Amino acid sequence: MGGGKNKPGAPEKLIVNGKRLDGRKPDELRPLTIKAGVIPNADGSCALQLGETHILVGVYGPREVFPKHLAEQDKAYLECIYDMAAFSTTDRARPGPSRRSTEISKVIADSLRPTIFLEKYPRTKIDVYIEVTNANAGTRTAAITAASVALADAGIEMRDLVASVATGKADGHICLDLFEVEDNFGEADMPLAMMPKSKHITLLQLDGEITQEEGEKMVEMSMKAIEKIYDAQKRALKEKYA
Amino acid sequence: MAEKLHINDRDVVVPGELLAEGLEFLPSGKAFREGEKIFASSIGLASVKGRVIKVIPLAGRYMPKKMDIVIGKITAVLAGGWSVDVNSAYLADLPLAEGTSEFIPRGADLTRFFDAGEYVYCEVTNVTETKFIKLSASRRPYRKLKGGILVQVSPVKVPRIIGKQGSMVNLIKDATATEIVVGQNGWIWVYGAPEKEALVERIIGMIEAESHKRGLTDKVKQMLAEAK
Repeated sequence: MGGGKNKPGAPEKLIVNGKRLDGRKPDELRPLTIKAGVIPNADGSCALQLGETHILVGVYGPREVFPKHLAEQDKAYLECIYDMAAFSTTDRARPGPSRRSTEISKVIADSLRPTIFLEKYPRTKIDVYIEVTNANAGTRTAAITAASVALADAGIEMRDLVASVATGKADGHICLDLFEVEDNFGEADMPLAMMPKSKHITLLQLDGEITQEEGEKMVEMSMKAIEKIYDAQKRALKEKYA
Repeated sequence: MAEKLHINDRDVVVPGELLAEGLEFLPSGKAFREGEKIFASSIGLASVKGRVIKVIPLAGRYMPKKMDIVIGKITAVLAGGWSVDVNSAYLADLPLAEGTSEFIPRGADLTRFFDAGEYVYCEVTNVTETKFIKLSASRRPYRKLKGGILVQVSPVKVPRIIGKQGSMVNLIKDATATEIVVGQNGWIWVYGAPEKEALVERIIGMIEAESHKRGLTDKVKQMLAEAK
């Protein structure tokens, strides 16, 4: 992430004639498909594809807490585990937890926690397993979008869904939903997650440098895209029972 | 604020979906109020009955409630009773006095009544705020379930399997000459001739898969007729 165009292997331009290298307009989302209930063994599950970023989420619980000392007497314990499959990147991703995946697991759990009625499930644990099967930038935001669908599919009581998208800066232009080349050679990347009903932002990270005006524009662009993602989430859940 | 209904009866709703506005309406089931608005808290079917907006869940694990009638599996024999798995996140407690109506002398071998791995048909007598669960099996018809097969379904599908005033389960019982005990926790015990047990298992599977559709009774009748 970051580093800009001085990195080796960078394309000369990231925006050509107002279009991005994959043919999208700056405020255009990659093609998004969401399917709920894809893992029969899980209580809830979701498969999400955002362009070349593919995510699979399984939710288990509320169930007994192991190890027992994690149990909380008045609410459920939410655990998210984000993992990239060895074959998800062009270079082999070393299996097992890493500094990066531990951090992403933590921020995903933090961004989902405000929406779940955890107090309705005391002394239990809700497990959210997130597997990135193909990575092409924006995996943490896609994971949040998918995880919230999987949680709803598991019948866990929630105040709202959580939808998430990243914006960034490539070649000095503000762009929505960066793909890998823009992520690697662009100037900034800003993932944002929001509860669409209340418009509460549950995740906001920034890597790179932007001005305040650019930041405001990026938040606005994200919020617009989140409305679209939210519709896709609702559709995916309702399609299962159509 | 003006009263306004945003959904129709039997709509599928998702968590956070706006159901109605105005203080006239009352949330019920998996619906909750935030200010003057009522939202769904779970994926479910909306039901509008006068002022009451109810969401009937379409998914979710079993959460024990007082007065629920369940089937449990004995996981351990303790000094003062039995520990029971009732298909939820919490282990339930079947105290010594509630296990049987018989007199149990001091130092008796408790495995005589229930041993680990056995199934018991029982009632939830108490659920505390922090979800400690007490069971009772001392009164009729509660008892140990011997033989037969156990069919597991999602607990939210149990009302469809029972039907209105037990119409569905009675229909299956009468046609197959089996004994069926349906636990609120999604565990169903079926006892009868082996081929009838298999037929009931197939029918329950069909009801579970198509529980949100109409015309279930006719489909069940058709399956029963085909098996004859």
